[in-house]
Amino acid sequence: MIFLKLIVTNLLRHRIRSIISVAGIAFSVAAMLTVVTILQGAIGMFSGILSSDSEIIVFERNVSDLFFSNVPAAALEEISSWPSVVHADPVLFGVVSSSDHPIITCFGVTAADARIRKAVWIAGDKLDFGQHSDDVVLGERAAEFLGAKLDDHVPIGHGIFHVIGILKTANGFEDGGVFMPLSAAQSFFHKEGTSSVITIKLRNKDDAALFKTMVREKFTNLIALEDAEFTRSYSQFRILKATAWAVGGCGLLLGGFGVANTMIMSVFTRIREIAILRVNGFSGLQIAVMIFGESAAVSLVGAVFGLLTGSCLLYALKLVPALHGYVDVTLQPVVMLIVILLALITGIAGALYPAAYAMRIRAVEALRFE
Amino acid sequence: MNSSAHTKIDPRIVLRAEDVWKSYDDGAISVLKGVAFEVIEGQTVALCGPSGCGKSTLLHLFGGLDFPEQGRVSVNGAEVNRRRNLLHLLRHEVGFVFQLHNLIPDLTLEENCLIPTVAAGIDRRTAQTRIHLLAKRTGLTHRLGHRIQKLSGGERQRTALCRALMNRPKILLADEPTGSLDEQSSGAVFDLLLEIVATEGVTLVMATHDRGLAARCDRLLEMHDGRIHEPVSA
Repeated sequence: MIFLKLIVTNLLRHRIRSIISVAGIAFSVAAMLTVVTILQGAIGMFSGILSSDSEIIVFERNVSDLFFSNVPAAALEEISSWPSVVHADPVLFGVVSSSDHPIITCFGVTAADARIRKAVWIAGDKLDFGQHSDDVVLGERAAEFLGAKLDDHVPIGHGIFHVIGILKTANGFEDGGVFMPLSAAQSFFHKEGTSSVITIKLRNKDDAALFKTMVREKFTNLIALEDAEFTRSYSQFRILKATAWAVGGCGLLLGGFGVANTMIMSVFTRIREIAILRVNGFSGLQIAVMIFGESAAVSLVGAVFGLLTGSCLLYALKLVPALHGYVDVTLQPVVMLIVILLALITGIAGALYPAAYAMRIRAVEALRFE
Repeated sequence: MNSSAHTKIDPRIVLRAEDVWKSYDDGAISVLKGVAFEVIEGQTVALCGPSGCGKSTLLHLFGGLDFPEQGRVSVNGAEVNRRRNLLHLLRHEVGFVFQLHNLIPDLTLEENCLIPTVAAGIDRRTAQTRIHLLAKRTGLTHRLGHRIQKLSGGERQRTALCRALMNRPKILLADEPTGSLDEQSSGAVFDLLLEIVATEGVTLVMATHDRGLAARCDRLLEMHDGRIHEPVSA
């Protein structure tokens, strides 16, 4: 109890310094949480597009990005004929720009695609999709930022397209995207006879392993992955995740420097007090534990405030119309745990030198010189 | 006093210095030059001498806070050096009282006194019993929950005395324990100090400038020029 009080007392003795350290950790944690959550939300959305009414995705082996993947129509035709497959839907991804929006994602799909069949149509009729090559269906947000209504003609990329429908979807990419008939998209993006991926719905999920083996044996340049597998292994996702954690980590590192500074000051300003503790039988380890306890307390309080601030920030971002569908505010317990753990590790790392210094304080010298 | 003169060491000797040398600033300031003396269990010993003569240094050597360059310092028959369990020495064998009370101002009197018990891992109940006993003996019971800032100089020094005795050490090393107090408080604290060491059966070695107080101890040792002289009249 006295040990805890020694820790708390010292933090309260220099309130402003402690608050600044807590704020440093809190902002770092909030930044990390925000960046990681947004990115995971984005990854989740992208995965959601691929796993819409399907369990497996087939794409070109060894491509760095699905936009560069080419799956030939012949492969689609053969895979569709396999008895274990309920349906195989080709999707062609493309990116175009309009005058005000540098990036608009285009989805080249067939009328049978789950994204078209199962979507909530705000305007238009899904039976009209795919009738004409210049027809497009817009996501609700895409319609909003393109200022388009049903039956309008909108410039997208180098073409003018007829809006035959507007979809409402919770997925930010789809909501801000444009759906084209597959053949039109192939022509538009000069990828005739190919799609970026094929999403597969199996009759029996247990056949997934067999299906993947069949794809590997039949098509050496293609790879089949289950949705979860794809999310884990797709290099773009891994790069994004690593970037998010690295950016967050840098923030936390800065917070750690703040804690280190506070702890160094804390030790320097009470050398005599530490000497008194030594004279009264405190071991070097007990002194170190006290210093680490202080930094851990700062980090924990900072982490809690950071989580609260980060959550508020995420909720605020969710309300921004332009980010609709992009921000998933569901805080994953694993992410929270990792963030708290990182904050703790940062705090303890920041106290390493101060603790080592405190352990080396010689009581006899500290007591001799005021 | 030299150990070589003894064929058998008196088991009652709790503190022993044998030809102890100590200097500072790489030998530029020589403080102890072959100090030798012994203290028998239960004695009260006053170390007198001018400032800088090495009184505090000698106390620090007995407490294991510093080590001699030459010679031996023993406490309870065991030499105090880097190989010795110094934590045990500080936690259970010796207690320190300084001229400045050296209490932690943000803690209460009781919490300050509990520090040595926390260091030694003594259970809370035993520690509480002990602090209440010592507080009663030093007349501080009504001040237990008070912060150090609220205490008078005499009360602070009495608190420091309680803290030093918390883990029942048999040796008390007091470095000018009344040096920061006025004459009246000084006398009162010293009376208490003598009373409590007698009650607890503690050996006291006290560095002091106050010859009046020193004269009330069992022995008076004069320190001059880095050596100890024991007046015959003491």
